[in-house]
Amino acid sequence: MAEPKTLFEKIWERHVVAQEPDSPAILYIDLHLVHEVTSPQAFEGLRQRGLKVRRPDRSIATMDHSTPTRTLSMEGLDEMGAKQLQKMRQNCQEFGIKLYDLDDPQRGIVHVIGPEMGYTQPGMTIVCGDSHTATHGAFGALAFGVGTSEVELVLASQCLIQYKPKTCQVVFEGKLPQGVTAKDMILALIAQIGVGGGTGYVFEYCGEAVRGLNMEERMTLCNMSIEAGARAGMVAPDDITYEYLAGRPFAPQGAEWESMLQYWRSLPSDEGAKYDKQIIVDVSKLEPMVTYGTNPGMGIAITQPVPDPASESDPDRRAALEKALHYMGFKPNRPLLGQPVDVVFIGSCTNSRMTDLRQAASLLKGRKVADGVRLIVVPGSESIRHQAEAEGLDKVFKEAGGEWRFAGCSMCIAMNGDQLKPGQVAVSTSNRNFEGRQGDGGKTILASPLTAAASAIAGCVADPRSI
Amino acid sequence: MQPFTTLTSALIPVPYNDIDTDQIIPARYLKVTDKNGLAEGLFARWRYQADGTPKPDFPLNQPRYQGRQILLAGDNFGCGSSREHAPWALMASNIRAVISTSFADIFRNNALKNGLLPVQVDKQTHSRLMALAEEEAGSSPWSDSANSEKWLVTIDLATQTLTLPDSTKAFFPIESFHKTCLLKGIDSLGYIFEFSDQIETYERSDRAYPFGVKKV
Repeated sequence: MAEPKTLFEKIWERHVVAQEPDSPAILYIDLHLVHEVTSPQAFEGLRQRGLKVRRPDRSIATMDHSTPTRTLSMEGLDEMGAKQLQKMRQNCQEFGIKLYDLDDPQRGIVHVIGPEMGYTQPGMTIVCGDSHTATHGAFGALAFGVGTSEVELVLASQCLIQYKPKTCQVVFEGKLPQGVTAKDMILALIAQIGVGGGTGYVFEYCGEAVRGLNMEERMTLCNMSIEAGARAGMVAPDDITYEYLAGRPFAPQGAEWESMLQYWRSLPSDEGAKYDKQIIVDVSKLEPMVTYGTNPGMGIAITQPVPDPASESDPDRRAALEKALHYMGFKPNRPLLGQPVDVVFIGSCTNSRMTDLRQAASLLKGRKVADGVRLIVVPGSESIRHQAEAEGLDKVFKEAGGEWRFAGCSMCIAMNGDQLKPGQVAVSTSNRNFEGRQGDGGKTILASPLTAAASAIAGCVADPRSI
Repeated sequence: MQPFTTLTSALIPVPYNDIDTDQIIPARYLKVTDKNGLAEGLFARWRYQADGTPKPDFPLNQPRYQGRQILLAGDNFGCGSSREHAPWALMASNIRAVISTSFADIFRNNALKNGLLPVQVDKQTHSRLMALAEEEAGSSPWSDSANSEKWLVTIDLATQTLTLPDSTKAFFPIESFHKTCLLKGIDSLGYIFEFSDQIETYERSDRAYPFGVKKV
């Protein structure tokens, strides 16, 4: 009998084109996603060397990081932002790559539109010059972020030079309580193992709680794998995956669908397959999570007190904690509940899909955003914007006093003018609370869409279970 | 790629854990479509006041640290975003090596592709280097010892050793492939093109997407 293999190993082995002894593998990449920020230097590299894109049919491009969210035009962009978008157009045209341009009804955040249009499929290798590429792992694909040099490598050769990462099985045991979401699961995992806890590993998320998530929730889970330092995060495909994929524009159709389905069903890890490491997280008593510090590992359950540097024995960790609390202006030994907030941001490749918007709207419906709080809701794609509008969610947000925008990364990376002012505190559904990430001097508390909506209503960090 | 063989320099200490790439180079510097202007953005948030004037206590703003080529950081350097602008900004600032106890995967990959050496040392060596940096920071920058050999460390990639000022040596790991590429300045693209035939064969095989399933 053949040796049992993990999902990761099956995909990895199928994509190794060549491997010299004592050298990394040449790994074939099935799908390459391109955006305006990390690609211009790669295209320029091709130009300088007189190279073509090897498989333009295997790359798709979008504009998301630098794009305005108040209009679908270049209006209001600064000179450099406008140049970046123009460069993207020019590069896609010159090298023959399909671009979802600013006014395209299917444009959106790269990690939202890939799955949405059925480009992302189980068993694929997927890369993008963006660390949140792990999102696509939700489909049982091996998907990871790369730098611009590797973007150039993939454009030129459709391959990467990769050492095989180690595998880690992350088991979410138990049933997820009411008011607790996939975002809380991943924040809890990162709080448990730290921002470097997954370095060198590919995570496979397993367990009852993962099986019960819909595809959008699985994307949220995989999205933040990189925040634990993991190379990628994956979920084995199942009927929920196939149901989501069926009928999407770039998914296989008809007889081809049936054959692919057979192949996809062979992908889940075999019984007895070995992982290099295992982590178990019990979700049955999980609470909504919030971060109190300046990296995604500094997270606590919403009812728990902010840790005290004085009780941290490791001097480096104590210093890090002191530095973080100093930046955030938070006091140790008491919960963040009741901490006043200035801005609530609902959006980003982590939490900008229909499930997220519906959850936020379920709390905001018929209620008002607290005085002095600014609520910004930014859908992940233009398709999601249209769908949300068809369901009347835009009205819910606007009637509550929030702003409803066009699709993009917006305040998650704060490159397009959507940003915090110095000193402002935000509850954000995005993925990073690094110093100044959402605007210089801004302070970010990461949370789920439910917690974000509850906080917008209360005007301070609030527990969604109490609304 | 610029080859890396040996490097002797005193240290620039930025002794924090989990330094993310948003701190190494903030997003507002990512609007470039080339690699210009990145040196100016290196550690911008820690280096400049809100009005743009330099913060005097940040090492990169202090005369004694000018021209140095080795950055000493805390654990897990380079976590966060995949922006290659981070190693570009370090290289543009003439920094050729970063010492830490661990590096985030994508940053490490990006650094290796640009001739920037990630030197991963054990906790004990790291503590000794931190103590060395502290000792230097506590000494007068105007004394004779300021530029003396007392603070110099040497990195030798061929032997994978880091030599401290007291001549003790520490080994650091690096994959043989990356080592060869760095020593010789070999570019990844050149290497991958040696496999062009295999790539073509792969693309025609049943192993390639759609994984043996015939397109209908």
